[in-house]
Amino acid sequence: MALEAGRRAPDFSLHTTPDQSVGLRDFRDRNVVLAFYPADWSPVCSDQLPIYSELLPEFSKLGAEVLGISVDGVWCHLAFAKHRNLRFPLLSDFEPKGEIARTYDVYRKGEGVCERALFVIDREGMIRWSYVSPIGVNPGADGILEALEGLQQGKKS
Amino acid sequence: MSRLTPPLDAQDHIQGSTDAPIQLVEYGDYECSFCGRAHLVVKAIQRAMGDDLLFAFRNFPLTQVHPRALRAAQAAEAAGLQERFWPMHDLIFENQQFLEDEHLSRYAALCGCDMDQFAQDIDSDEVAEKVRSEFLSGARSGVNGTPTFFVNGERYDGSWEPEILLSFLQQLRGVRELR
Repeated sequence: MALEAGRRAPDFSLHTTPDQSVGLRDFRDRNVVLAFYPADWSPVCSDQLPIYSELLPEFSKLGAEVLGISVDGVWCHLAFAKHRNLRFPLLSDFEPKGEIARTYDVYRKGEGVCERALFVIDREGMIRWSYVSPIGVNPGADGILEALEGLQQGKKS
Repeated sequence: MSRLTPPLDAQDHIQGSTDAPIQLVEYGDYECSFCGRAHLVVKAIQRAMGDDLLFAFRNFPLTQVHPRALRAAQAAEAAGLQERFWPMHDLIFENQQFLEDEHLSRYAALCGCDMDQFAQDIDSDEVAEKVRSEFLSGARSGVNGTPTFFVNGERYDGSWEPEILLSFLQQLRGVRELR
């Protein structure tokens, strides 16, 4: 079972490029959408991530940053991001392999890849929504948008 | 369950009667090759189902992957302001390798558009906002790639190979008949 709403999101520090690392603590004043996905280049991921890229202005209005995460290495991520023109960081859960996916309980041991799992994490670092999609089904963005809007409303009231 | 949000309204481009028992809505991208194939599938399904089917198309251009998709969507919408959305839509899908401005203008001319008006509308805020709002409605409805179909308001996750989609729709039509 993936970590559920109400749990503190485990922090991490993962490479996005050969000489740059990113962690939750870098986004203290922002909501974070953490999108675990099985693999760069797989057909479903190749549709899922460009939709998030296209929605960055809306996510930004909702005070959120998007981080993609898989067990692929940084060079693979760089090539994939360039090819699909992705404009958000892809994190490399590469060494030890899948360590962060395991802490979120979304690692598939048999295949050695992440689940297709989404987490919405608020400004205090708490998980506010999580969802694991069947591995071959792109979850789209409706659940993320709803969760982020819920956070906005919570903040206003 | 992902549902079409908002439902069809007067802003939508539709083919067929609003009384049709089956409503098929496609979110598509004019530069996407899968959507090019789906275009032919939709035509075949329209022929097979006749008056039982309403078809509507909403724009879902993935602009980062398909650099001409947005422009093509805006061209279709600009033609739509002159009541020529569907002929333009067909021409664009039939020629989706050729989506530069010069090509889009040629298609608009072939559709009989007033070209001064077209040139003005394709760059207008009205058209840009319509395309963006359709994209966002798709994101909200759970569109997860192109093409994504909705059947009577619910996302259809099955195969859109013509025989499979057609038999799904005909079965749904049959069930409605029995009620």
